[in-house]
Amino acid sequence: MSILVIAEHDNSSLKVATLNTIAAAKAIGGDIVVLVAGANCAGAGEAAAKADGVSKVLVADNAAYEHQLAENVSLLISEIGKDYTHILSPSTSNGKNILPRVAALLDVEQISDIMSVESEDTFKRPIYAGNVIATVQSTDSIKVITVRGTAFDPVASEGGSASVESLDVVKDAGISSFVKEEIAKSERPELTAAKVIISGGRGMQNGENFKLLEVVADKLGAAVGASRAAVDAGFVPNDMQVGQTGKIVAPDLYVAVGISGAIQHLAGMKDSKVIVAINKDEDAPIFQVADYGLVADLFDALPELDSKL
Amino acid sequence: MKILVAVKRVADANVKVRAKADGSAADLANVKMAINPFCEIAVEEAVRLKEKGVATEVVVVSMGDKACQEQIRTALALGADRGIHVETDVDLQPLAIAKMLKAIVDKESSELIILGKQSIDGDNNQTGQMLAALAGIPQGTFASEVVIEDGKAAVTREIDGGLQTISLSLPAVVTTDLRLNEPRYASLPNIMKAKRKPLDVVSPADLGVDPAPGVTTLKVEAPAERQAGIIVESVEELVDKLKNEAKVI
Repeated sequence: MSILVIAEHDNSSLKVATLNTIAAAKAIGGDIVVLVAGANCAGAGEAAAKADGVSKVLVADNAAYEHQLAENVSLLISEIGKDYTHILSPSTSNGKNILPRVAALLDVEQISDIMSVESEDTFKRPIYAGNVIATVQSTDSIKVITVRGTAFDPVASEGGSASVESLDVVKDAGISSFVKEEIAKSERPELTAAKVIISGGRGMQNGENFKLLEVVADKLGAAVGASRAAVDAGFVPNDMQVGQTGKIVAPDLYVAVGISGAIQHLAGMKDSKVIVAINKDEDAPIFQVADYGLVADLFDALPELDSKL
Repeated sequence: MKILVAVKRVADANVKVRAKADGSAADLANVKMAINPFCEIAVEEAVRLKEKGVATEVVVVSMGDKACQEQIRTALALGADRGIHVETDVDLQPLAIAKMLKAIVDKESSELIILGKQSIDGDNNQTGQMLAALAGIPQGTFASEVVIEDGKAAVTREIDGGLQTISLSLPAVVTTDLRLNEPRYASLPNIMKAKRKPLDVVSPADLGVDPAPGVTTLKVEAPAERQAGIIVESVEELVDKLKNEAKVI
């Protein structure tokens, strides 16, 4: 078997999600080749070559791939992907955007968000917000798959010595163009990579009050997340949303503050190792999944937590 | 400009769906069904574009058994002009749906196709992207803002780190995220009016597509359940437990 892994990167470095995806590829077994498509992305290519288990890295370095436009990158992947039995990508916004396009160009189904590899053609994946786990089998000649990062421990980022080959394939569909990006700058860890996450919900009442979470987050080296309710209410930006249709996280510690625990939110965080819930409503469903629950007003509890840490 | 909107009939978002005891499928007996929330946002966006004078007609399509005509009628009550029902009992998967949508887009000469980014039952997040690939047109997925101007669509997308804006030539596919708009409620007069709006029924064969699934579900099961933990009495106790029992801080 030969597996093509699509790298998630920022051109200069590799994102951890790539290492999770390589781990899924190793579980399938076979020759693992990583594709780094980007612009001035030699740095990400070198990083991929060091990852454990990779035999070769293909680097497609061209302005057409700079912003990961799905129209261009999918043409590249579907052309080189024909030679592989599996094409894997992380379930990141890039992976979710690009890979179904690749599958359609190859005339195969995609299997989204796998959480385990049962065999080379059989996988488990969550449906209905993770309330049902389906075991699915694909008979397609090429399996196109996105991988839930939290379900696979990342492979080592150092120690490998894969060859790096530069690809001279330029695909520019010419039907889409990048205009601008507003990327939140933060000194805190990324949500999907953080060991500790503290999230706020509607109970935070406004965006200003998220400062109460931030001071605690900084003491714990934590990322700050939010429920959909807090994002929809405009307290915080969308990239902080944890849940079924937001980010899926599984940190060592997840602290839910003022979050009631709708099934859509639980879908995004219930695989966390330890869950803490702070909520003044003792009947909030979040307490049913929490290892430690504290029934308290968050405006009292957060400052006290800050002082005790 | 003609807009095509695809809608899906799914279990209501407030229902916690469970696997059947025999592991054959999700148990939808007596479950309240509704229009997929992301699809409802798609309908609203299309109707707003028509109200602004950007769109001339909003056509809504749904696929599945006869019951999904209910969701088409809902979309018509929200302001869509006419419906197309692709009637089939086959358990449709995204690639087949995308192929059928492509056939409809060709026939209708739709210039903008709006879909939900994912359905809350299958959680696939594929159909819009697949349709765009098959039609050879661009896609603006996970949209939080859509502006049609000078024959192009400027789409602001919710991405992992924040927001990205891209410019797409038309025709194009847009898939909706939660913040694109807040759907209206259908008024009673509009619900009555929707009953008289045209609704065509076609079959997959009419569209030249074999809807057979490419992926087989071998079984379904419940996820590993978390045990409910303990209630601590104070912040002090919480910090103590996290340090000394769970050892996570």
